[in-house]
Amino acid sequence: MSARLTRDNVAKVADLARLNLSEAELERYTEQLGAVLDHAEDVASLDLDGVPPTAHPLPLVNVLRDDVVVEGVDREEVLSQAPSVEDRRFRVPAILGEEP
Amino acid sequence: MTLTHEPIEGEHFIVVSETTGESWEIVVGLEVHCELATVTKLFCGCPNMFGDEPNTNVCPVCLGLPGSLPVLNHNVVELAIRLGRALHCTVEPSVFARKNYFYPDMPKDYQVSQFDKPINVDGWLDLPDGTRVGIERAHIEEDTGKNTHAGGSGRIHGADYSLVDYNRAGVPLVEIVGRPHIRHPEQAKTYIDELRAILLTTGASDAKMEEGSLRVDANVSVRRVGDTALGTRCEVKNLNSLRSLGRAIEYEARRQVDLLETGERIKQETRHWDEGAGRTRAGRSKEEAQDYRYFQEPDLVPLAPSAEWIAAIDAAMPPLPAARRDALASSAGVAVTETSVVIAVQRDLDQLALATIAAGGDGKRVLTHVEHNLSGDGATDLNPATFAQLVSLELGGQLTATQAKTVLAEMVTSGRAPDVIAAELGFEAMDSSELEGIVDGLIAESPDEWADFCTGDDKKRGKLQGFFTGKIMKATKGQADGKAVAALLESRRAESL
Repeated sequence: MSARLTRDNVAKVADLARLNLSEAELERYTEQLGAVLDHAEDVASLDLDGVPPTAHPLPLVNVLRDDVVVEGVDREEVLSQAPSVEDRRFRVPAILGEEP
Repeated sequence: MTLTHEPIEGEHFIVVSETTGESWEIVVGLEVHCELATVTKLFCGCPNMFGDEPNTNVCPVCLGLPGSLPVLNHNVVELAIRLGRALHCTVEPSVFARKNYFYPDMPKDYQVSQFDKPINVDGWLDLPDGTRVGIERAHIEEDTGKNTHAGGSGRIHGADYSLVDYNRAGVPLVEIVGRPHIRHPEQAKTYIDELRAILLTTGASDAKMEEGSLRVDANVSVRRVGDTALGTRCEVKNLNSLRSLGRAIEYEARRQVDLLETGERIKQETRHWDEGAGRTRAGRSKEEAQDYRYFQEPDLVPLAPSAEWIAAIDAAMPPLPAARRDALASSAGVAVTETSVVIAVQRDLDQLALATIAAGGDGKRVLTHVEHNLSGDGATDLNPATFAQLVSLELGGQLTATQAKTVLAEMVTSGRAPDVIAAELGFEAMDSSELEGIVDGLIAESPDEWADFCTGDDKKRGKLQGFFTGKIMKATKGQADGKAVAALLESRRAESL
């Protein structure tokens, strides 16, 4: 198991992601995520001086589209698939917490 | 506690606590979100349009439907660079990141923004008063949908449920993060005015606070005068007008001084401005700081605008407000900080003023008219040559200041020449002997008032000066020149003493 990742770290990340994990799941994910971090640590142990950070696996930059309207989707069709609608808007449960 | 604002050496502004006599400095940094004036959204072809029917400008991308992929709008990059360069920023290679949070205004449960590699960094904005406010960064991000809180009180707290309109979700924004270089509520308002002028000049945004296309958050802290370290700041949100901005900063500074002077500490938090109550309130306090788990957006490749692209934008940059003020002030022979110069540029009347001065109009008179007698509407069509002619008539004494104002208003409406309008309105230069006759007649009519005017104290004399001037103006149907009347009254008074 990774020395860098604790069960509490995973519990916190799960909480931030609104995931309700059982004790067994917490243990399993701590181990799995630890293995990912260990791999990153292996990479970091290499001599990477002069190697620029990779922002994206594709060797592309500036993929752009023209500023022209493309027809979207029909409102009634979209709203008909929502669990709850009122006044042509999506109806969602009361928002607790603070606006970000 | 009573606090007063006092300028120190005309530069720093402080609050002086009357309980302790201590002086505190207000420190403000502003974060401004502005919607870019594109045709379509940031990552999809839906129209970027304010005020449309709810949920009509939506598609799989901005609704966050599975399998949809974002593609960056070329015009967003163009406008963001234009704005960044106008703010003297360096344009850097940038990457997009996901800011993760759970709130129904973003159906994806994250907002695409730029985090550690923003497109524009390290610029500045010069205020008309000469203050240079640093710009930390100006990065691209997407706007969120609009929530309407329903049931309960209709506000966020106590609402039964919320209704969401995603027309605004995915509209392109630039967030301009200013450094904490602002020292006064009025200066904060001036900063926004100046930034708005730059947004309009560059065409980056329509910058309408009332429609939410320009939104301001204020980071406010206080420190004892002389301290160099920054105090703990609070971020004030819900500032819907310049008036709210000024009031909120002042309230927040007083609140913080009050806390510090009673030995308490400032808690770093987000506070909401309540315009009705005239105070800020803490939001629901969070047990732990927001953790947005930013990571690079895997669906978008990096952005690396070429040097040629940036150079082309620089070359096409229109004259910015600061440069326009410089040009106008030097042409009119006045200081660049003159209110009339600032207003002329704000109303987009500086080109007219420059042309009028070039056509022979006196700089100061031209600016006085621009400041007091012309609004932006219609005035830009004024012919500089006839405007210059009007100013010459006025300076030559053929028209009084009041008459010139009337003639100017008529010139804006009809576009006719000032001498024609003046003749039609019966505005003719009044012969000085004619004026003397009228004044002497009126003095004779009111001997008691005249005696008081000659011998009374300053207050009485001022009052009676108004009394006689009013009568003279009435008798001459407003054609007498105010300055000539005052001079004549004074010389008659001197004679009678």
